[in-house]
Amino acid sequence: MSGFYTLLHKELLRFWKVGLQSIFAPMIATLIYLFIFSHILEERAQAYPGVTYTAFLIPGLLMMAMLQNAFANSSSSLIQSKISGSIVFVLLSPLSYMEIFVAYVLASIVRGLLVGGGIYLVILIFFDMPLQSLLWIFIFALIGNGFLGVLGIIAAIWAEKFDQLAAFQNFVILPLTFLSGVFYTIHSLPPFWEGLSRFNPFFYVIDGFRYGFFGVSDVSPYFSFMIVGICFLAVSWVTLRMLKTGYKLRQ
Amino acid sequence: MIPAIEVKKVYKHYGPVGALVGIDLEIEQGEFFALLGPNGAGKTTLINVLAGLTLPSNGVAKIMGHDVVKSYREARRIVGVVPQELVFDPFFSVRETLSIQSGYYGLRNNDAWIDEILYHLGLRDKENANMRTLSGGMKRRVLVAQALVHKPPVIILDEPTAGVDVELRQSLWSFIKRLNRDGHTVVLTTHYLDEAEELCSRVAMLKKGEIVALDSTKNLIKNVSGYLIRLRLSSETLPSDLQPLLESYIEGCFILRVNNYSKIESVLAALRIGQIRVLEMELMQPDLEDVFVKIMGNTKNMEPV
Repeated sequence: MSGFYTLLHKELLRFWKVGLQSIFAPMIATLIYLFIFSHILEERAQAYPGVTYTAFLIPGLLMMAMLQNAFANSSSSLIQSKISGSIVFVLLSPLSYMEIFVAYVLASIVRGLLVGGGIYLVILIFFDMPLQSLLWIFIFALIGNGFLGVLGIIAAIWAEKFDQLAAFQNFVILPLTFLSGVFYTIHSLPPFWEGLSRFNPFFYVIDGFRYGFFGVSDVSPYFSFMIVGICFLAVSWVTLRMLKTGYKLRQ
Repeated sequence: MIPAIEVKKVYKHYGPVGALVGIDLEIEQGEFFALLGPNGAGKTTLINVLAGLTLPSNGVAKIMGHDVVKSYREARRIVGVVPQELVFDPFFSVRETLSIQSGYYGLRNNDAWIDEILYHLGLRDKENANMRTLSGGMKRRVLVAQALVHKPPVIILDEPTAGVDVELRQSLWSFIKRLNRDGHTVVLTTHYLDEAEELCSRVAMLKKGEIVALDSTKNLIKNVSGYLIRLRLSSETLPSDLQPLLESYIEGCFILRVNNYSKIESVLAALRIGQIRVLEMELMQPDLEDVFVKIMGNTKNMEPV
């Protein structure tokens, strides 16, 4: 087990040592988004009755920041060590593929939670945020970060160069996050787009997370939890298969 | 006794290319063993299979009886591999690198052994330097240190002395020799054949993914027929009797190949008859390099990689 803790510790140190860039920078970026969008849109849009647009936007932005950083953490760590070759030290070690998997995913979750928690604390200074269920908030933060951490591993194992990873990020992760209801409720969309949004797993992550704050959401949080849970298990299974068969790593 | 390394019918294909084509090899515990061969012969691929860095397409490889695929955790625990590529993690210092590596093997408080490795590899005054700031030779030493943190019974070194200065080469080998005396099995690859000849009791030569020679270093050298005589003569031409023996003509010297010592006498006799004086004469013992060149034979005709 202690081999696993070492890898986890190393993965945590890796982003902690560059915390300015890995935690502080995304916090700033998200807060800027928030101030700009809330300034422009506060008077024009209302998603749920009794919930201001800014309040509606906050959980979406929080989750978006967490998802992007969870993805960035596992994917950049893996692709860097893959391209520099230092991945051999992990591959030579007696760590099981399950231990490697869990260590990378946990590090992603921790980074996502640090970014999200940091933003949330700053937001509390400026805005009055309702809080309906801390449990749902925590569950969706955890599983959302975990889901993206796993996707980060898949992307980094698959990618052979930095630009391939960037393509995965720009053509898969970014559209899925932006089109998941960060900035709007999908009920406001034309029926076709609303229907399409329901195939986006990120939508359920954000919708369930938002439920934790307002007690209102587009779909039931239980349903969202089920969908996200299934997605998480599915990508985890794929990743474990990749690690076990040595796909691209042990060829 | 269980062999330290056991390889049975191992194949590795990359598409239609066979990097390893049916390797069979057994290395006993405590051996000092060399894997030799030209670039692209499959040495590194074979090492990667043993290290679990490459999964074989076919066949079985075992380290101390542990299958490197099925019981990979046990196998990796008892093998230490120095990779050929100069890789490092730029986030950490030398000591951090070594304690992290120890941690992967479940070793906490490994400082006493880490100190000893640092000392023997001349890394003591660099222990707090970041990996990025080290010279190539220093990085190579850290790679060796990383492979040894868990005191592996089987040590595999893939060209550990490539691009390394004489001083380190000597201190590295004396440390590795000590480990070998203490019972560690050592397998190495190198392009410096004198190194392999001096250190290794047994040698395997690979060519195009196959083992083409496998024997003790002594036997391999013994089997190269004859000796070479280097002669500087008063004449520019060689008596016709000696022409069949001529191996090459380098820098004004004739190199002749003779089968045994008694043949030397007839060479000298032929020279005397031709009234040719010997200005310089040197008898050259065949070495591993001769064996290598002979076995690889047509290496010069090999297609460029």
